[in-house]
Amino acid sequence: MQSFEEESLKATALNVRQHIINMSTGGGCFVGASLSCVELIVYLYKRFLNIGINTINDPSRDYLFLSKGHDVPALYGTLAEIGFIKKKRLKNHLLTSDTVYWHPNRAIPGVEFHSGSLGHLPAVAAGVALDCKLKNASNRIVVITGDGELNEGSVWETLLVANAYGLNNLTIVVDRNQFQANVRTEELIPLEPLADKFSAFGCDVCRIDGHDFLAIDEAFSAIPFAHNKVNVIIADTVRGKGLPSIEARADRWFCAFSEKETEQLRKELLENETALLESETLIVR
Amino acid sequence: MNYEELLIHMALKDERIVVMTAENRALVKNIPAALGNRFIDTGITEQTMVGMAAGLALRGRIPIIHALTPFLTMRAFEFIRTDIGIAGLPVKLSGYIPGFLSDGNGPTHQSIEDISLMRGIPGMQVFAPADEDDLVKMIPLVWQSKYPSYIRVNHKKGSYSHASYEEGKAEIISEGKDITLLVYGFLFDNTLKAKVLLEETGLSVGLVNMRCLKPVDEDAIVNAAHQSSMLVAVEDHLSTGGLYSIIAEVLLKRRISLPVLPVSLEERWFKPGLLNNVLESEGFTPEKIAQKIAKEYYQLKETMYA
Repeated sequence: MQSFEEESLKATALNVRQHIINMSTGGGCFVGASLSCVELIVYLYKRFLNIGINTINDPSRDYLFLSKGHDVPALYGTLAEIGFIKKKRLKNHLLTSDTVYWHPNRAIPGVEFHSGSLGHLPAVAAGVALDCKLKNASNRIVVITGDGELNEGSVWETLLVANAYGLNNLTIVVDRNQFQANVRTEELIPLEPLADKFSAFGCDVCRIDGHDFLAIDEAFSAIPFAHNKVNVIIADTVRGKGLPSIEARADRWFCAFSEKETEQLRKELLENETALLESETLIVR
Repeated sequence: MNYEELLIHMALKDERIVVMTAENRALVKNIPAALGNRFIDTGITEQTMVGMAAGLALRGRIPIIHALTPFLTMRAFEFIRTDIGIAGLPVKLSGYIPGFLSDGNGPTHQSIEDISLMRGIPGMQVFAPADEDDLVKMIPLVWQSKYPSYIRVNHKKGSYSHASYEEGKAEIISEGKDITLLVYGFLFDNTLKAKVLLEETGLSVGLVNMRCLKPVDEDAIVNAAHQSSMLVAVEDHLSTGGLYSIIAEVLLKRRISLPVLPVSLEERWFKPGLLNNVLESEGFTPEKIAQKIAKEYYQLKETMYA
């Protein structure tokens, strides 16, 4: 990847982070989990996935499934940046007159499937991948899961089946931001050594810095990793990435900020001015 | 033609059909040879099978998926509701050994709440054939429809030759002035025999094979209520959420009040054993069904004329 290309991706990622901040007021959203996968989603749409505004329903397109679901502000921000949806539509967040809410739904162009209940989309994506194999089609299917989501047994069940069917057109990307909803993964249900677990289930695994576009590019460029195995990319990330005042804060999972706070967060993002956050934490959503 | 022959026949005509099973091949033994890679066995993974079926349906396939019905409808319930139901995808569920057909397996394998669960999913259609003849008569329409559906599979051979299946319609076997029996699935045969026993005592007895429980044939229930002085719901299902509940909902909606007797399972799992022993001990032989109904009917008459 040329450095000007990397700069362009970084610029888009910065814009997406601003969209996420904008969606965190007037009801709020899952800010931290959205910020951790910005680079992954921006890279996928701008550099990897064979899909464009005119090929949203083309059977030969590539597929992205957002399995953790609550990171959807990062997807909506990206879809707005690449023109799948209008930027002003993000202002409709949580209005019943539109369909932009806390979890993905198929009414939004670019959203392949609804999610929110964890551990579902690896199986749905495996069904899509299997159909592509049956038709000898070359579509690539990518699923982004959370790391806390890996608690769900259905993820591992699906890996067994997908590897039995040799689905090397399927790639699972783990947004390894180290957090469940409110607790660190390793303090609650430890996942490490995670790469070994995926290997033991028959996958071919690589582990990268999930905020480094060059590393992301290198990993995705190597797909398929093997002849007949599911590809797994463990992307080490930081929950709340880009906003030090919420980075790695266990209690900043769902955030409903005031307008004043989002103003400060924008300054923190763009000018490194620390935001003073006073709104309630550990909100149940 | 049996279930499997019909499945092969339809799949060979329609490339969109794929046949899936969570490693239970009893009903689909010959499918691998007939359909090759359009037969997909996911192993003992009901959740993954349902999720993958949703993915295949997103690609334009019509997955016909098989498992023992307790594991299909309960283990994978949220996957059915969320991946198939919310998306309204044309995935066709075939659950077998429902109700008493699990005979000696025990409560883990008893599916006596499947009708209640499946009809609780918006857009899901629910079918319960009386026997193999009824099953193969309804299947073509069920699988050709664009809706998700659940079939409470009963592939046992029955003694009755059913009328052809008409979409959304129950099969009216007979009409009766005194009592109408409403039934679905495996208990059809014994209920038919119970009807004959009741008629031998001089009663006028109607019989309705419900066939489709959702969307239900409301007119069949309403007509029976207008013709008879008592209705009976016969089902190998809990009395909550099944046919007894459906009849209650329809009568309430149409503002009709009349006695309805449930001949169903009350708040417990049934005692496992060979099928005939189960029918005997749970009171679902033709004689016991008839006795229970006659007793209720004559008590009712006494109260009315007291």
